[in-house]
Amino acid sequence: MTVPSPVRGSALLFGAVMVQAVMVPPYLLSGTPDVLLLVIVFLGLLRGSVAGAAYGFAGGLLFDLLTLETLGVTSLVLTLAGFWAGRYTETTGRGRRLAPLLAAAVITILAALFAFLLHYLLGEEVVARHVLVSVLVPTFVANVVLAFPVYVLVRAAVHERETAEPAQKVEVFV
Amino acid sequence: MTVRRIPTTPFGPRGAGALRRRIVVGCLVLLSLVLITLTFRGEDDGPLAGVQSAGSTVLRPFAVGFERVAQPFRDAYAWTDSLLEARSEAERLRAEVRELRARAIQSEFAIQENESIRRLLDYVDGARFPEDFDYVASEVITRPSPAFRQAIVIAAGSEDGIRVDDPVVNEDGLVGIVTRVAARGASVQLLTDQESAASAIVVGTGAQGIVTHARGTRETLVLDRVRKQDVVRRGAQVVTAGWRAGGLSSLYPRGIQIGEVTSVGHTDTDLFQQVQVEPYVDFGTLDAVLVLVPLERGR
Repeated sequence: MTVPSPVRGSALLFGAVMVQAVMVPPYLLSGTPDVLLLVIVFLGLLRGSVAGAAYGFAGGLLFDLLTLETLGVTSLVLTLAGFWAGRYTETTGRGRRLAPLLAAAVITILAALFAFLLHYLLGEEVVARHVLVSVLVPTFVANVVLAFPVYVLVRAAVHERETAEPAQKVEVFV
Repeated sequence: MTVRRIPTTPFGPRGAGALRRRIVVGCLVLLSLVLITLTFRGEDDGPLAGVQSAGSTVLRPFAVGFERVAQPFRDAYAWTDSLLEARSEAERLRAEVRELRARAIQSEFAIQENESIRRLLDYVDGARFPEDFDYVASEVITRPSPAFRQAIVIAAGSEDGIRVDDPVVNEDGLVGIVTRVAARGASVQLLTDQESAASAIVVGTGAQGIVTHARGTRETLVLDRVRKQDVVRRGAQVVTAGWRAGGLSSLYPRGIQIGEVTSVGHTDTDLFQQVQVEPYVDFGTLDAVLVLVPLERGR
């Protein structure tokens, strides 16, 4: 009996939430790898924009519940992160070997900027230098370093195989 | 002649797939915004707070389990980290032990003297002492993103008698204050958070100020609002002031140690002195804390 891919994806997501909220010690460095963001980006890359957005929403909600943070904030950021990753693979990123690395790098920066803006709009006292330099730079480096190992893990978990799809349209260039 | 095969995708830019994609994402974004709005508009005992409390309670056993798994790794990191610092620390500690031994003897005399002085001084309008508090011991289970909040989540909540604004300490000193409470969990805003502030006093000279986080640093604190004429020396201890004026009182009990003064400076244009404080608490390795619960409230 094989476990359906969405179930495996959900289990992986739950594990990532726990790792991010409990196991990653945020105070050892100013910034830490955002394992949850990476997992959602790669689920989006492998499963498409709709699944990416759904995984992002669920992951963010769980994280906010667990950390007693404002409900919806992390959901909103991760929903868009998963969606962007999915759209990237559905459009220009399909088949590119460096797509996981590129997606992880770009979405780490965009997610941090969006989260900063969101917290600012919500009236929280956030220091731009702290968020965008002290935290984002080490987080960016850590995410880029971890991108491929996490991608391999996510791909193995959701059993995504890179099989050639049967072509239904052919363009001829002369 | 070049032939390029174009695989079709169910989520192309046009058609039913695109419509479905937009609807799903739009709904999820809208739902997130609704959650944010309800959380901000809702009271602490509102329906959403209940949902969050219930969700937190359901997830708590998993978090505790993961925490147990993570603990050996965290200990290993802390051990390695401490080894690197051990060499330089050893020499400093030897000198400190000699000094503390001398101080301990002096303290014994001071304690006896203090007892009698304390009885003489009737602090009618004085500070709230830690004796007025009971404590709830709890382990730290999760740590939200450090980018926006310096906070921890502990495994004790309203069922244990904890309320919002209860002070939190550990054996090294002041940790922070409870800002959000669920049935079996509570969020603690650390003293290193941008929005934290505690009225404090310099032991020995009595200089008073407000301890806040030093912007642009990781864990350094500043003692703000210290008048220029007040004496503050490097190495002096900073503790909570624990004031009381009429019906109002500080959230923190008096005398909880915060840190040590590491630098003092001021310029002609500054209204106050610039005092940097190194906290005694290592906020990076918090595993367990004590929440101080006022005795008068009961549990």
